[in-house]
This record gives sequence, C-alpha cells and structure tokens, in this order.
Amino acid sequence: MPVDTSYAGREYPPNAAYDVGREKLREFASAVGATHPAHLDPEAARALGHPDVVAPPTFAVVVAQRAEAQLFEDPAAGIDFSRVVHADERFTHHRPIHAGDRLVTVLHVDSIVERAGLAMITTRAEIAAEDGEAVATVVSTLAVRPEES
Amino acid sequence: MGDRPQLADLQVGQEVGRREVTVDRARLVRYAGASGDFNPIHWNDRVARSVGLPDVIAHGMWTMGAAVSVVVDWAGDPGAVVDYQVRFTRPVPVPDPGSATVEVVAAIGALDADAGTARVDLTVTLDGVRVLGKAQAVVRLG
Repeated sequence: MPVDTSYAGREYPPNAAYDVGREKLREFASAVGATHPAHLDPEAARALGHPDVVAPPTFAVVVAQRAEAQLFEDPAAGIDFSRVVHADERFTHHRPIHAGDRLVTVLHVDSIVERAGLAMITTRAEIAAEDGEAVATVVSTLAVRPEES
Repeated sequence: MGDRPQLADLQVGQEVGRREVTVDRARLVRYAGASGDFNPIHWNDRVARSVGLPDVIAHGMWTMGAAVSVVVDWAGDPGAVVDYQVRFTRPVPVPDPGSATVEVVAAIGALDADAGTARVDLTVTLDGVRVLGKAQAVVRLG
C-alpha cells in the first residue's frame, strides 16, 4: 500500500505527558558516550544554572518518537517501517530539557512528498512543558522506499 | 566553570574538538534500549540483509548523538547547544565480531556576535568517507 499523502498538514492532539527522569537521562547519555558531568550529576548541573541533570542534545528524539508513533503506527497511513530510511533530523532547543520536566508533544505532519519513487515524510514535534512553555522542536524527515515489484 | 569558550576568541575555520568513537553490537543494543528505537536492522543480521543492507547498521541517531558530545564538552554546558541538525548520508555498518570507528572533527563554521552564537560544523567519517552531511550545531556562548 502506498503512503497516504493526504496525511500532510495533519496536526495531532497533545499526547500523554512524558516524565523526564534522572536515570533515563544518565542511561541515554551513557549510550551515546556523553560524559559531561551535567548529564550525570545534579550538583554539576546546578553549578551551570540548571535545576537538575540536563539531557544530551539529541535526547528529545525519545520524547518526539512517542508522538511520531501516532503517524507511523497508523495502518491507514501506509508507512512500512522496514522500508524506511532516516534522511535528516533537526533539534531546536528553546530551553534545555532536564530531569523533572513533564513534557507534552504536539505532532505535525509538515509534508509528504513523492520524489523519484521515494515518499519523503517530514514531521515536526513541538515539545512543551505542561504549562505551555516551548521546550524543543524536533523536525525529522524519513524516506520510504517503494515496495519491491 | 570559568573556562568556557568566549565568542570573541573564536575564528571561523578553527578546530575546536576531535574524537574517535567506536561502536559495536553491544553499543547498538544499549542505544536501542536507551532510546526506544528497536528497529531490528540495528541488531539483527538476518533482517538487515533481508532489506538489502550489507550488515547491521548503527542507528543514525546514535551517530548523531555520539558526534555532538565533542561540541558539548568544548562548550562546557549541554544547555548551550540550542540547535543541532544533520543529514544521514551513508550508513555505518557494524560488524560482528568487531566494531566500527567513526571520526568526529568539530570546527567553527560561522560566528554571530548579535545572537551570541557560534555554529560548529562537524565532519563525521567512517574510513575517510562522510556519514553525516550538513552536521551543524549552534552553540550559545558568552
């Protein structure tokens, strides 16, 4: 089934809140080899003016992909994940993510473009604190290869 | 932490960091768990080959995340990285047994005195070939 291009322009309702925990940030930092003390030690983070340990710059992908699942796990969208290649990714941090944050994400499907047999899907996850303060914007483009004929 | 870099001391083209990062299958499993990205092309040979890949490949997001730690360590504060983008241009195959080693070189790409930011351009290569394109981190400095 081809990708349903009519999903372009769709905006999903805010998803369930994501609670950012210290141990999750430490686990993620360890997995990417991020050893700055502000990821690991609350005192080191506070010395830099942060309320608690700070997320590595790409941690927001963990929050964003929960929102993106609303699109990718929707069978009607026609996106076969075994044929997906990640094309590009961008994080804009309006303020750092830290342990203790409770984050709510609104997913936008910015575009679905068919190009040279590929469907290029660009999503934008707008991540905010529960009080509405903007925290991060995550823009991701995936290329979906056509089915083998 | 009084030794954070100052914008006025920087020049376009200046190298600010360099690192080799090694990735093996265990690292990919660890990243899968930490990130929640369990796509089997990052840990299962059979699935990787069935979709036409030469081998299991690293998560592009692992490579992106590993590369930026050079910038964080130089900037002295993870919260200083206000924007970070990459294009995934080539996969990083991860053999078993063995590992792959990616080289990261960070250099100043642009300075914006009004915004108080430096753009750090990352050259990320595997065996001399770039695996990320347009890898740019914008860092807020004093």
